[in-house]
Amino acid sequence: MTLDLPLVFTVLIGTAILAYVVLDGYDLGIGMLMPAGDADEQSVMVAAIAPFWDANETWLVLGVGLLLVAFPVAYGVIFGALYLAVVAMLIGLMLRGVAFEFRVKAEGWHRELWNWLFWFGSFIASLAQGFMLGRYITGFESGFGYLVYALMVGGGLCGGYVLLGATWLVLRSEGALQRKAIAWARWGLAWVALGVALVSMATPLVSETVRDKWFDFPRTLGLMLLPAASIAAGVWVWKTTGCFARGERAAEWKPFAGAVAIFALAFIGLAYTLFPYVVMDRLTIWDAAAHSSSLKAVLAGALLVLPFIVAYTAFSYRVFRGKARKGQYE
Amino acid sequence: MEPTDALSLARAQFGLNIAFHILFPTLTIGLAWILVFLRVKYARTGDATWLAAYKLWTKVFALSFAMGVVSGITMAFQFGTNWPGYMNRVGNIAGPLLAYEVLTAFFLEATFLGVMLFGMSRVPGWMHLTATLVVAIGTTISAFWILALNSWMQTPAGHVAADGALIAGDWLQVIFNPSFPYRFVHMMLASGLTAAFVTAGLSAWRLLRAPGDAAALRTLRTGIVIAAVLAPLQIAAGDLHGLNTLEHQPAKIAAIEAIWKTGKGVPLVLFALPDETRKRNAFAIELPKGASLILKHDPDAQIKGLDAFAPDTPPVAPLFFGFRLMVAVGVAMLLLAWTGAWWLRRGTLPPKWLLWTFAGFTFSGWVATLAGWLVTEMGRQPWLVTGVLRTAEAVGRISEAQLGASLTGYAATYGVMLLAYIVVLTHLAGNGAGDADVAQAAPAAQSAKGEAA
Repeated sequence: MTLDLPLVFTVLIGTAILAYVVLDGYDLGIGMLMPAGDADEQSVMVAAIAPFWDANETWLVLGVGLLLVAFPVAYGVIFGALYLAVVAMLIGLMLRGVAFEFRVKAEGWHRELWNWLFWFGSFIASLAQGFMLGRYITGFESGFGYLVYALMVGGGLCGGYVLLGATWLVLRSEGALQRKAIAWARWGLAWVALGVALVSMATPLVSETVRDKWFDFPRTLGLMLLPAASIAAGVWVWKTTGCFARGERAAEWKPFAGAVAIFALAFIGLAYTLFPYVVMDRLTIWDAAAHSSSLKAVLAGALLVLPFIVAYTAFSYRVFRGKARKGQYE
Repeated sequence: MEPTDALSLARAQFGLNIAFHILFPTLTIGLAWILVFLRVKYARTGDATWLAAYKLWTKVFALSFAMGVVSGITMAFQFGTNWPGYMNRVGNIAGPLLAYEVLTAFFLEATFLGVMLFGMSRVPGWMHLTATLVVAIGTTISAFWILALNSWMQTPAGHVAADGALIAGDWLQVIFNPSFPYRFVHMMLASGLTAAFVTAGLSAWRLLRAPGDAAALRTLRTGIVIAAVLAPLQIAAGDLHGLNTLEHQPAKIAAIEAIWKTGKGVPLVLFALPDETRKRNAFAIELPKGASLILKHDPDAQIKGLDAFAPDTPPVAPLFFGFRLMVAVGVAMLLLAWTGAWWLRRGTLPPKWLLWTFAGFTFSGWVATLAGWLVTEMGRQPWLVTGVLRTAEAVGRISEAQLGASLTGYAATYGVMLLAYIVVLTHLAGNGAGDADVAQAAPAAQSAKGEAA
């Protein structure tokens, strides 16, 4: 049996990036929501993500690392084209990461400064990630229209992260902050709906490949399941948050699960749209793959170690289950 | 080479990033093991003072670790963005080593760090101790992989050519390449010493402000004892590493010792101003036959000078001075650690001058480590991978304007971060473990005693 190693690595990289987007997405979303909370609420918001953010961010390193291992040529093309956006994202992630530590150890205006940098870092990193995605989808074409498109994707991703962050907070907070988080989640959802709708309309306009792939009857009919399911997930988030808003009892995990479903569906749609390209219209995954000896070496390690990573990640979430409280993790 | 061309900018940026990054892992690898020591001490004695010390130093660790994580992610991207030729040529070797670091170390450290920092009241004592231990093991595994890769770039082994690139023929030879064992031991000891001096230095700083702080006195002792043991070991390990370098990278040694011409009975240059254009030393103070004696253990042995390797020679002045700076700081650390250990035998608080000296030496490990890395990395030039790939061949096509922008952005961000880091660190240490932590620790100490019994 011969294993299609480039395909296996595409799935692995995709999984790592989806894990990153969902997991660090809720961290970045809460970071962007920071200015909307008062000092006590900010403390709870940080406590809701403090034990997890570092491991969450590691999924990005894994995804990018695997891309580097498996598709070195594509890596060079992608990150060469996105150079300054990557730098912006990295500086954003740096400020966000150290702000966790500095904001609790600083006092007075220093603390305010680090709170602001926490928000700023989260926002820059999110916007840059969406921008990079937009540039990536269009194969790094230059021109004003493509730039606007990339910024639109960036804005949409910020909304998506806000939705993830707010619904995570619904799960992790209580009382007044939880009520606020529900309102934020609903705003985030509206923002995501607008973003997804705009991006879905614009994408076939900016890319011929996408147009051909999306409007290819009768496959299009099957493909319609994706937007249908996304709408269903959106309605689910709207309804479950609505229950809380009316003061009815509802399971607190439901809005977050709905938000994750929206991301997963969007991700599947994206994967379908791009496949088999690793660089749109230029490089397929088979063109760009590294030598099979190094792929095998990494695959063996990944298959051996990933179950442990999943297991102790689950352990960590179990240890830190329940409601976050002010100053709990400072 | 013009000072503003793309290669120089790319090197300047990578140098800045890696120099900033290396500060934090160097500290945290050693500090993680010191935390294990403090945590074990607390588990065995149930003494709240050990717990207070542990809690204070986990704060220092968390801060330093976060600095290392965020600057490390930058490194992961830069391999590809700034040095595409590197990944194209040796990506099949470098990629898997980096991937193994992520898989076996990064997740482990990051996840258990959460349990270690915030989980003390949520998990049983033994599990918390295990989490502390796992973080230390994780940092060490991380060092293992990254030093395997760095050593392979210095002394490549175990690779074969395939389709214009290199692939691993034998992974064990790739990982355990000729310089790896020496570099790994040298770096681990450097990390232990760096952490020991930060621990001793910040504790001394606290004791100058609050001479009665029991936790600070204990961590001062811990730091001094570790330093006194590791400093002589490091000098021995460094010597062995030097002999290994002479065998595999003789040009680097020739540059370190500023030996321009091959000859017999070569003198040891104690001080000089190396003159790169005329290829000789000015104002040299030399010890006759010294270099032959030290490097070959024979006063009349032949030593290859830089002329034997021309034109592929590293720059001389940075290596010559960098090496001497590292050795000077290392010897000073040894003398100070032993002086401190001698005072500790009396069992009293060391005198103020000694505490001030330790406080002044807080970051001495950083100085020695940076000097040492400068020597080993610049000593590899003009190669990126010795004999395989030149640095100039690996540089990417990022424009000078973009590189200038990114370099400025990184420099500004790092400046802010480093300033905040040092302010917060001295602030944390100056306030000590604090009464609040000791008071909180008291009930926990009871349960720890029960646990020990």
